Amino acid sequence: MSPARLLPLLALLALGVFLALNLGRPQQATIRSAMVGKPVPAFALPGLDDRPGLATADIAGNGPVLVNFFASWCLPCRVEAPQLKALADAGLPIHGIALRDSPEDIESFLVRHGDPFGRIGLDREGQAAIAFGSSGVPETFLVDRAGVIRLQHQGEIRPEHVAQILAEARKWR
Amino acid sequence: MSPLLPSLAELGHLALWMAAGAALVMAAAPLRPALVGLARPAAIAHGLLLIAAFAAMSHAFLVSDFSVSLVATNSHTAKPLLYKLTGVWANHEGSMLLWVLILGVAGLGVALSRMPLGETFRARALGSLGIVALGFLAFLLFASNPFERLDPAPPEGLGLNPLLQDPGLAFHPPTLYVGYVGLVVAFALAVAALLDGKVGPAWARATRPWVTLAWAFLTMGIALGSWWAYYELGWGGWWFWDPVENAALMPWLAATALLHSIRVLETRDALRNWTLMLAIAGFTLSMLGTFIVRSGLLTSVHAFAVDPTRGLFLLLLLLGLTGWALLVWALRAPKVAEGARFAMTSREGFLVVNNLLMMALLAIVFIGTLYPMALEAWNGRQISVGPPYFNATTVPLIVLLAVLMGLAPFLAWKRGTTTGLSRRLLIPGIAATAAAAAALALLGVSGLLALLGFAAAAWLGIASLQLLLRRGLTFVRAGTALAHLGVAVTILGATASGALQREALVSLPVGDGFEVAGFTVTLEEVAPRAGPNWTALEATLAVGRNGAPVTTLRPQARTYTSPPMETTEAGIAMWRAGDLYAVLGKPDGSGRWQIHFWVKPLIHFIWWGALLMAAGAAVALGGTFRVTALARRRRTAPAPGPAPLPLPAE
Amino acid sequence: MAMSARQLAVALLLAAAPAGASPPGPPAVDPALGTTPLADPVQEARAMALMHELRCLTCQNQTIADSNADQAEAMRALVRSRIAAGEPPESVRADLIARYGDWVSFRPPARPDTLALWAVPALALVVGALVARRLFR
Repeated sequence: MSPARLLPLLALLALGVFLALNLGRPQQATIRSAMVGKPVPAFALPGLDDRPGLATADIAGNGPVLVNFFASWCLPCRVEAPQLKALADAGLPIHGIALRDSPEDIESFLVRHGDPFGRIGLDREGQAAIAFGSSGVPETFLVDRAGVIRLQHQGEIRPEHVAQILAEARKWR
Repeated sequence: MSPLLPSLAELGHLALWMAAGAALVMAAAPLRPALVGLARPAAIAHGLLLIAAFAAMSHAFLVSDFSVSLVATNSHTAKPLLYKLTGVWANHEGSMLLWVLILGVAGLGVALSRMPLGETFRARALGSLGIVALGFLAFLLFASNPFERLDPAPPEGLGLNPLLQDPGLAFHPPTLYVGYVGLVVAFALAVAALLDGKVGPAWARATRPWVTLAWAFLTMGIALGSWWAYYELGWGGWWFWDPVENAALMPWLAATALLHSIRVLETRDALRNWTLMLAIAGFTLSMLGTFIVRSGLLTSVHAFAVDPTRGLFLLLLLLGLTGWALLVWALRAPKVAEGARFAMTSREGFLVVNNLLMMALLAIVFIGTLYPMALEAWNGRQISVGPPYFNATTVPLIVLLAVLMGLAPFLAWKRGTTTGLSRRLLIPGIAATAAAAAALALLGVSGLLALLGFAAAAWLGIASLQLLLRRGLTFVRAGTALAHLGVAVTILGATASGALQREALVSLPVGDGFEVAGFTVTLEEVAPRAGPNWTALEATLAVGRNGAPVTTLRPQARTYTSPPMETTEAGIAMWRAGDLYAVLGKPDGSGRWQIHFWVKPLIHFIWWGALLMAAGAAVALGGTFRVTALARRRRTAPAPGPAPLPLPAE
Repeated sequence: MAMSARQLAVALLLAAAPAGASPPGPPAVDPALGTTPLADPVQEARAMALMHELRCLTCQNQTIADSNADQAEAMRALVRSRIAAGEPPESVRADLIARYGDWVSFRPPARPDTLALWAVPALALVVGALVARRLFR
């Protein structure tokens, strides 16, 4: 038997091993932002009636700081509210960007679930989210002192993530 | 039912176990000469038991027996009768049950049909079928038992995913499965041929009907799926090169290649090993397709059952079955010579080129589907391989295929002569040139691929009509001509609906209108509607052209109650073999509604072409049955004069 | 398309964003363009062609041209605004890739690590032709 006859069998086995290795890991479960490692994008958002908005200059040069994308219509955002408070209490400034939301709804959300934010920008049309390479709420970015994005946390911040995020923030002080 | 008697569902479960026993006998029968006689009765019992099991499950769905877990999670008393029945296979376990049912019926077919290749060959083929059936029955019984019971039974079921309550999708899986199972039979016959070492025209004649049947059903199944996605998913597309679509396309490409190579084997006793390899590949790819769809390995618009454990089981099944077949091929193929050789410009020369192009298309679809996953595993980078890649790589090959398909049926077998060919191709050539020129000048089409598409459709369409009108029409040639005509019609539909499509995505208040491609569209009202198990917001869109009303479209945004789910129902009206297609989006909160409106000329040709392809296969199959009937009559009566058979060397 | 005062303010703020160490900010995005075609048919065709090749990130395998999702609308507004400002489509695509990675574009990149992907059609034909050559006399 010539060894060439075994090629189809070997190709099948290689395919099988490859598929088996990828089986437990669904493809593209999360869409990572490509902005990690890059400077904070240029943006400027209006704020709520009685507070200033949020712009690049408020973040760049003032880090480390967290930028948290949230919305009053987002359930996991309520879940992560205590953790945001814990991070703010630990001395890590947090700025919020409210995605596709109205000032009234944001106000009542802050009253009910707490307000850990330094500044809040209103991203009515979702353009700031695109600038950050964000694809949903909640999502949190860690920006270092030089104004470079160092971490993207997708989904809600659970209690076990708080220490990790604080450690990461200390690294980029 | 008396509590002392087992319920029908339990009997169904028992039938499934007994079918597994029968499959074991089928698998063991070819091992010893003394057992060969058991193969047929075992296959018959296997088929009948699976019919019984499926009937028991259908009964449970029809009478809403919620003590069966599958019925409770997938059905509802308020569901229309038709969807109670189709609900049997509108879920993972039930669709696998349908799969083994069709396999069992195919086994009945192999057991009961005439088998000129002998009983040992039949036993070997049934043995392979038995092994496949055992694998799937084990998967059913151990990893996805459809007859699992609930105690106590809930008073009401959870309902069926509303997207699946649709005639297009209800009959898409059975059609596709018949196609897959047809390829399983071709695979079993190929393995039997390898074990026998007798691969030739007789084997090809016995196998070709199964391949033709599989091909026809795969064609219809893919077309149904595409049609369903087009009118139900509400994004206006009919093919997105999505992993699930590609998973069904790959076996179809292999089956198409096999259908053509088996003709060469039947007529000229050539391409023996290659044809066997294609039969194995067709089966492997249909298993791979099932695996991709069921394991949730790749993200898709058609996301169904997603379960990595079941995925692993299916993967092991795939590797075991095809690995064994490829091992047999590696060990036995050297004993099977490749057969006669031939000239480049002969009919079989062109059929080889067809196979070559089919394999290239298959390679493109395969690599394009799996590459993003491979790349991410290798260097962590996420890429998308979508329509821009697939269109750029496959369309030139499809155009080339269409050109050759127009030519090949006019070539002679074996000989390399081309006399008279240029005269015959004059009219298709003129038609192709005229089609491209008309598209460029009259319709303003400027893309090169689109112009080539129009030309290829005209060329192949006219050449196929010529073939149909040629003297001495046989079943096989009529089938070929019809199927090729179908390909031309599909190419025309795909090209026109893409190149001539116009669309508008607007946001407007009630009373306002907009204009697209000469149509004026007015949003007359948005009002609530209620159905048996849904409520909806329905937009009324008045469509006019040149001041005269054309039609009224009523797209809906539906909310189903059981289970709760939101869907879009496109408003579609046919217009000159094309469609006007509208989707109602969200309100923006200030009284404006989002409307997506398309004009899609000739889009119906895509599916009419698929129907023609399947009709061509049916005609060719009709020829096969006629030959069989004639052969039978000849065996009983002493040989008459010249046989009125459609001679292979026409 | 008339802009509300608020939308105008957002646009001006975005346009006036400081450059500094950050990459140059995108031009003003008119949110209405998420659901309104551009007046210039040539520019609209250019924008449409690009929108049919960009992925809606909150949907399963849909383009932003096909999807009704909010984010798709925002991305359409961005694409149309920038093409209306005279930016070439490939530069808009490159900017979105810089934010979301290659995943956002349905046209796979041409890079050393995608060489195999783009070479397969030609490779399959050549290998097939070499294998098939033995069959002909």
